[in-house]
Amino acid sequence: MDAAFGHGYRSGGPSAIRLVWIYPDLLSTYGDRGNLLVLARRARLRGIPVEIAEVNSDQRVPARADIYLMGGGEDLPQILAARRLRADGGLAAAAGRGAVVFAVCAGYQIVGTEFGGVEGEPVPGLGLMDIRSGRGERRGVGEITAEVDPALGVERLTGFENHQGVTRRGPGVKPLATVLAGVGNGDGTEGAHSGRVVGTYLHGPALVRNPSLADLLLGWVAGTLPPIDPGREELVATLRRERLAAQVSTA
Amino acid sequence: MGGAAGRASRLAGRGDGSVIGGIIGLRLKPDLLSLLARGRQVVLVTGTNGKTTTTRLITAALGTLGQQIASNAFGANMEAGLVAALARAPDATMAVLEVDEKYMPAMLRATGARVVTLLNLSRDQMDRAAEIWLLARRWRAALADADCWVIANADDPLVAWAAGQARKVTWVAAGQRWHDDSWCCPNCGSHLRRDGDDWHCGECPNRRPPVSWVLAGDEVIDPTGRSRPLNLILPGRANRSNAVVAFAVAEVFGVGVAQAADAVRQVRSVAGRYTQVRRRGCDLRLLLAKNPAGWLEALDVLVPPPVPVMLAVNAQVPDGKDTSWLWDVDYRRLRGRPVFVTGERGTDLAVRLEADEVSFRVVGGVDEAVDLAHSTSMDVIANYTAFQQIRALLGRTA
Repeated sequence: MDAAFGHGYRSGGPSAIRLVWIYPDLLSTYGDRGNLLVLARRARLRGIPVEIAEVNSDQRVPARADIYLMGGGEDLPQILAARRLRADGGLAAAAGRGAVVFAVCAGYQIVGTEFGGVEGEPVPGLGLMDIRSGRGERRGVGEITAEVDPALGVERLTGFENHQGVTRRGPGVKPLATVLAGVGNGDGTEGAHSGRVVGTYLHGPALVRNPSLADLLLGWVAGTLPPIDPGREELVATLRRERLAAQVSTA
Repeated sequence: MGGAAGRASRLAGRGDGSVIGGIIGLRLKPDLLSLLARGRQVVLVTGTNGKTTTTRLITAALGTLGQQIASNAFGANMEAGLVAALARAPDATMAVLEVDEKYMPAMLRATGARVVTLLNLSRDQMDRAAEIWLLARRWRAALADADCWVIANADDPLVAWAAGQARKVTWVAAGQRWHDDSWCCPNCGSHLRRDGDDWHCGECPNRRPPVSWVLAGDEVIDPTGRSRPLNLILPGRANRSNAVVAFAVAEVFGVGVAQAADAVRQVRSVAGRYTQVRRRGCDLRLLLAKNPAGWLEALDVLVPPPVPVMLAVNAQVPDGKDTSWLWDVDYRRLRGRPVFVTGERGTDLAVRLEADEVSFRVVGGVDEAVDLAHSTSMDVIANYTAFQQIRALLGRTA
């Protein structure tokens, strides 16, 4: 069964951005829906129509969408999700033709070559990015702040992490950011990007406090983005200021 | 000395005075809980949502036996709170104690509880609790070894699995409003299949166990198959479910459902929750919601529009320091009524409501909301420490 987009696959017209949320039944632990809502909102505020498909793990992943989102999950759902996505093949095909993939936490590990299972045994990932993840010594829990790779032109990241993952990158994969406060990949870096695949340990609604990262993903699909009415950006800007200030005061 | 510290804590408005005495006692005597529990019939109540209310309802039902009952009625549910509750009631032969889900195995060992009540398991303050499947695994191991009677919600697959190796279980169809933490079989990791209330694993023999007690709409069906109306004063499906669990516990102690139901129906507020408080000419009703499943239940019991609603969110340690859960709650049904936002993390909440296209005003607190609302009544939903702050402001009568 193919997952249907809202009301018909291309109801938003040929210029609509097609967003796919992969496996909300398995990979949605910490408000991961936030990323979908933020991308949709920031596109619509610019007059860009959006089509959304939420694809559960018993459905096929549509191969012809623009942005694919994957969230966090505990060990069992993560392993099951990786197995189903490998069997499905839709996401790998989409990434192969240049679609945007934004993967968070367990999803970040799944897009890599392998990750650690329940007893730490290696579980094969999707191999969309040359990264390998395993289990670290202790859980990284708390606010995280990180300076983004200048090549991406994205403002400083602020978010929350709660994971025990450690991720190593192969050649050709760059860290998404350098950690200022927090744990991230475990080696002073945070997340990874390769082509249009972006992964991060900032969990759940990572794009909420990082609108410029959301715009990077949208821009990869829609080209140069018109600005958003500043009045519609005020609350998010306040939230960013509050969280960054709180992190500085506790660092 | 413990008593004086408890009074000081109450006067300072920071707690219910339940815990400090227990902390001091445990420092002097680390096995104090075991000593205090010895010779008493102990009921433990745990789960993510409904612990305090269910503890109150079980206490009401068992109260019909005419014996004194010790209980941590105000939600102090870690070891010190249990100690304080037992120490306060030295002559009580029975104890009904709510227990934080992380500490249930240790508290079961310490108290030698006769009955353990498992309500539900869903995402909650995961910055402290780690993963709920790990919690379920610890419950399962603890219950497999224990000589106790388990009352468990068969509609929650994680709970059912956790109770699956216990020696004696009464299964209750208490319902599960929040499904999003139980799509995977806790036993084998495959996809769980659901058909209405029924569930089973497609790969292994794990399935919903046969139930003795059922919540069916506004009625309870007892193990003989007889149904009767619940008629609770407490609002909402979650409380009806808690009541049915309380009947199942009461039955273990020989209290019949008719008798238990009469007692449970009298309960009108629980540790300040659901209380009506008059403030500047406005009747406030206080609802506590600590996690997505709790918000779902709280939004269910709101008085319909145009009655205004105030939402208050903090992120202190007892709340969980992470506000990501706000994005797991669907706030769209607040559209079309006055909404006020407050709390230490009011901005996080405001951004969330903005994304759901809910109109709102940010306020400094209850009084400002009341003044702006010009309404004779208002519902207030707050998470844990925000709720305590509001109760302190409104006075402990709440």
